[in-house]
Amino acid sequence: MPTQVPWLIFLLPFFSFLFIGLVLRPFLSKYPRVGGYLTIGTVGISCALSLWVLGAVIAAPDHMLLVDDIQWAVVGNLNIHIGVLVDALTAVMVVVVTFVSLMVQIYSQGYMKGDPGYLRYYAFMSLFTACMLGLVLANNILFMFVFWEGVGLGSYLLIGFWFHKPSAANAAKKAFIVTRLGDFGFLAAILILYAQTGTFDTGTLYKLVAAGTLAGTTLTWVAIGIFSGAAGKSAQFPLHVWLPDAMEGPTPVSALIHAATMVAAGVFLVARFYPLFSHSTEAMTVVAVIGAFTAIFAASIGLVMNDIKRVLAYSTISQLGFMMLGLGVGSVAIGIFHLFTHAFLKALLFLGSGSVNHGTGTFDMRLMGGLRKAMPWTYITFVIGALSLAGIWPLAGFWSKDEILVSAFTNNPVLFGLAIITVFMTAFYMFRAIFMTFHGEYRGGAEPEHGTHGDSHSQGPHESPAVMVVPLVVLAVLAVCIGWINVTGFFSQLMGSGEAEAVSFVQGFFGVLTHPLPLISLIVALLGILLAYAMYCASVRKRDRKNDII
Amino acid sequence: MNLNLLSWIIFLPVIGIVIIALLPKPGQKTVKWIALSATLASFLVSIAVFLMFNRSEAAIGQMQFEEKLLWIPAINSYYHLGVDGLSLPLVILMTFLGVISVLVSWKVELRPKQFFIWVLMLESSILGVFCSLDLILFFLFWELELIPMFFLISIWGSGRKEYAAYKYLIYTLVGSAFMLAGILSVYFITHTFDITALRGIQIGTSFIPLTVLFFLLMVGFAIKLPVFPLHTWLPDAHTNAPTAASVILAGALLKMGGYGMIRLCVSMLPQVALQYAPVMCTLAVIGVIYGAAVTLRQTDLKRLIAYSSVSHMGYVLLGIFALNQVSLTGASLQMFSHGVITGLLFAMVGLVYDKTHTRDLNNLSGLARQMPIIVVVFSIAGLASLGLPGTAGFVAEFITFAGSFTSVAVAGMKIFTLIAVIGIVVTSGYILWMLQRVFYGYPLDKYNGVKDADAVEMISTFAVVAVIMLVGIYPAILTNVIYMGIEPIAKLIGM
Repeated sequence: MPTQVPWLIFLLPFFSFLFIGLVLRPFLSKYPRVGGYLTIGTVGISCALSLWVLGAVIAAPDHMLLVDDIQWAVVGNLNIHIGVLVDALTAVMVVVVTFVSLMVQIYSQGYMKGDPGYLRYYAFMSLFTACMLGLVLANNILFMFVFWEGVGLGSYLLIGFWFHKPSAANAAKKAFIVTRLGDFGFLAAILILYAQTGTFDTGTLYKLVAAGTLAGTTLTWVAIGIFSGAAGKSAQFPLHVWLPDAMEGPTPVSALIHAATMVAAGVFLVARFYPLFSHSTEAMTVVAVIGAFTAIFAASIGLVMNDIKRVLAYSTISQLGFMMLGLGVGSVAIGIFHLFTHAFLKALLFLGSGSVNHGTGTFDMRLMGGLRKAMPWTYITFVIGALSLAGIWPLAGFWSKDEILVSAFTNNPVLFGLAIITVFMTAFYMFRAIFMTFHGEYRGGAEPEHGTHGDSHSQGPHESPAVMVVPLVVLAVLAVCIGWINVTGFFSQLMGSGEAEAVSFVQGFFGVLTHPLPLISLIVALLGILLAYAMYCASVRKRDRKNDII
Repeated sequence: MNLNLLSWIIFLPVIGIVIIALLPKPGQKTVKWIALSATLASFLVSIAVFLMFNRSEAAIGQMQFEEKLLWIPAINSYYHLGVDGLSLPLVILMTFLGVISVLVSWKVELRPKQFFIWVLMLESSILGVFCSLDLILFFLFWELELIPMFFLISIWGSGRKEYAAYKYLIYTLVGSAFMLAGILSVYFITHTFDITALRGIQIGTSFIPLTVLFFLLMVGFAIKLPVFPLHTWLPDAHTNAPTAASVILAGALLKMGGYGMIRLCVSMLPQVALQYAPVMCTLAVIGVIYGAAVTLRQTDLKRLIAYSSVSHMGYVLLGIFALNQVSLTGASLQMFSHGVITGLLFAMVGLVYDKTHTRDLNNLSGLARQMPIIVVVFSIAGLASLGLPGTAGFVAEFITFAGSFTSVAVAGMKIFTLIAVIGIVVTSGYILWMLQRVFYGYPLDKYNGVKDADAVEMISTFAVVAVIMLVGIYPAILTNVIYMGIEPIAKLIGM
């Protein structure tokens, strides 16, 4: 494989951003569609190249590709190179980012149709995707920080996309400032690393940690600093406050932010510097405890939200807590595997909520109901996503969640207890959302002036166009079967953790069901679904009468 | 071959002044075109100097493009010019902002002839400060700058312009008085005004303690930079000055302070600098945090940017008195990057004010719809100011932090640095808040008729954006040059 390929993965979306911003928008704004096609095309090629890179990494004996560096600046003994690091973690991440981004861009063709900011939208989306890819590919903590901030900028621009709404402008500002608060720790960690080691290079840092040169309190503070940055972007308690407000952006943006880019960045960062964390017990404990607490805390808020996007937002925070827990008590493979499956199914759920919004003009679940007849495709795919997120065998979410539960169980009973309660809550709030949205009777949708789209909703809810449904179906298929790649421990081996056996008590597609632990989590999840059914479906008429909502 | 390029750079604006002055009743357009040509010519010559600047190892620490003529034989004073890696970026900065400030004044209609004469004289005098290698010449240019700035603020300013002009005048004169005492002391001790000879000079006996000498010079520079608590002239002067004067004031004039500190205080008295570095770093950190905190409270756009300068100049002071090679490089780069970024911010505020006739954040809202180009440029300037990677602001701040964090010159430098880093979080707060108040939210009907940037405004602001991005993406273009000047100074301190 030519070594330029990893560079191209990043450069193509970046080129798309520059071309739209510098050529299309000033001179060819009469043809906004070109911007959409260009973005889809470049991200599509990036996605194909990412798969190629992933294939090459799988084939490579040590799951690593070597790519040459470029010199950027020399200031005295401050010598900075630019380069890419292609290992299994990077390869998996680029595939996730480009694929989810591609699905979101295609979907946006329908969702953003006719928006006056269409070109601006695609320019920002390209920038956002490019920065995330740059972050994932960089082999140098300083450049990771550069793209890290770029991701922050992208989210600022996209959350505040409808800037004429004060709520959107506020949410964008809040997201940027809260994540910047976390970045203070990240920057401090970089400065400590530079002062201690004089290098920014990731590979060199790994070696220094392995050799024991970088150890003790310093290492703990570095790790905690990095985690503080990660907690900002990945919305860990107490820096989670920006994420629910970030719903002010267009829904495909939420899907991208929640699945593959912004929030995944934090988890990725911890995974990238995992060798640093794993040499500090204190840092690992902090990650695990904050993760577990965030998981149960956010899930408990998700139980009572009435806005479908906010349910999903708190669900994301909770699942990110799960990933951090997986990293804290387990390994890179465990945390990233959950990121991997969650990316597809959360993108699916968000795009599904966008489809519901497209059909009804509202996000308020109290104004929905009975949509399963009007929007069958959205309904089926949403249910698949919800089942997968709830961790029902044999869907994708089950496999990754099971590994985290196993690691928590072997590590600390309290963390396991928190996690299993979270599983229950997750199943409950997802199915509460489904029963409120898709079952029962239609409760009227939005008042005309609440509609975000110009088109009329007077004829009642309707299914979304094919350009929006197709990405849903593709993602639904993945939400079912993407978890199977680790049934035999393939994914764990790729991630290079020698602990592939410790991941699960028992292996195999049906084999897992022979151990009590997966059965317990399944039963807990099913109980959550049943409770939701009892409260929001079986007695829906009674409930409707009680809470006269309009 | 000696083309006297530095003299050309300094005196091309003066030639512009002479032409404007001699023309009987020139039209407005003529005056503007002459001013533009003069500043542009000076800028092009400075670019030529930048390209011809010798970056080889052998030239490290050497003054280049030197010119030396005996001027006042009685006191051994020379007309002595020269640039090194420290001053060259600042010369480029000034000539560049000179062009920009003429372009942003394209719509000045009040006494344009005088206005542009003062602007050109201001440029000349600041360039003179950066190029002088003789203390008397240096002081002459330093004082000369006061006159045009005083008239620019008091005639073409707004609000309490006379108050601001006098405040500026008094502050600077007080600083200059101390500085003159310092310069004369230097002469009586060393019997030379030659700045190149003073670098790393071993002072044997002195009639006053070296600490006193250090602070005599330091006070003048500290007022100019400005260092907390000597900064109070700055918000008034910036706020009430016309746009062009604000651009030059924030962009280039403040840097005379930082330049002087490195060139004289640190180079001549490195041991005293080392001794008092903890004090200066404390003031720097207070400036960063206090400046940023006060900025958060501002509702006048110009005053907001002015206070942000107090905060950003704190990074320069921190970089200088962390006293190692990386931090000094960072400080020099921060001077350049703050110059272009804040220059652009003031230019953008000027544009918004021209069009809406208000700078009060409470009266502005939703302008993004009405000014789609201005919002983009203003946002880029703001993001650069808050240190977003990819812009000059990030590179300069990061190099400064990396240098000061690793500095062993001062105990507790790590703590100072970390406190200063908090400043960038607060900065993102006030910058984004400002952008939101001005551009986002509901568009106001009263601004429906306002125009977006016209061709001249686009050219001037896009040019600055290009420089900000260039330095942000490829900082080596400047750091390689700065290295030439900083390396020998860092060696003096032995760090």
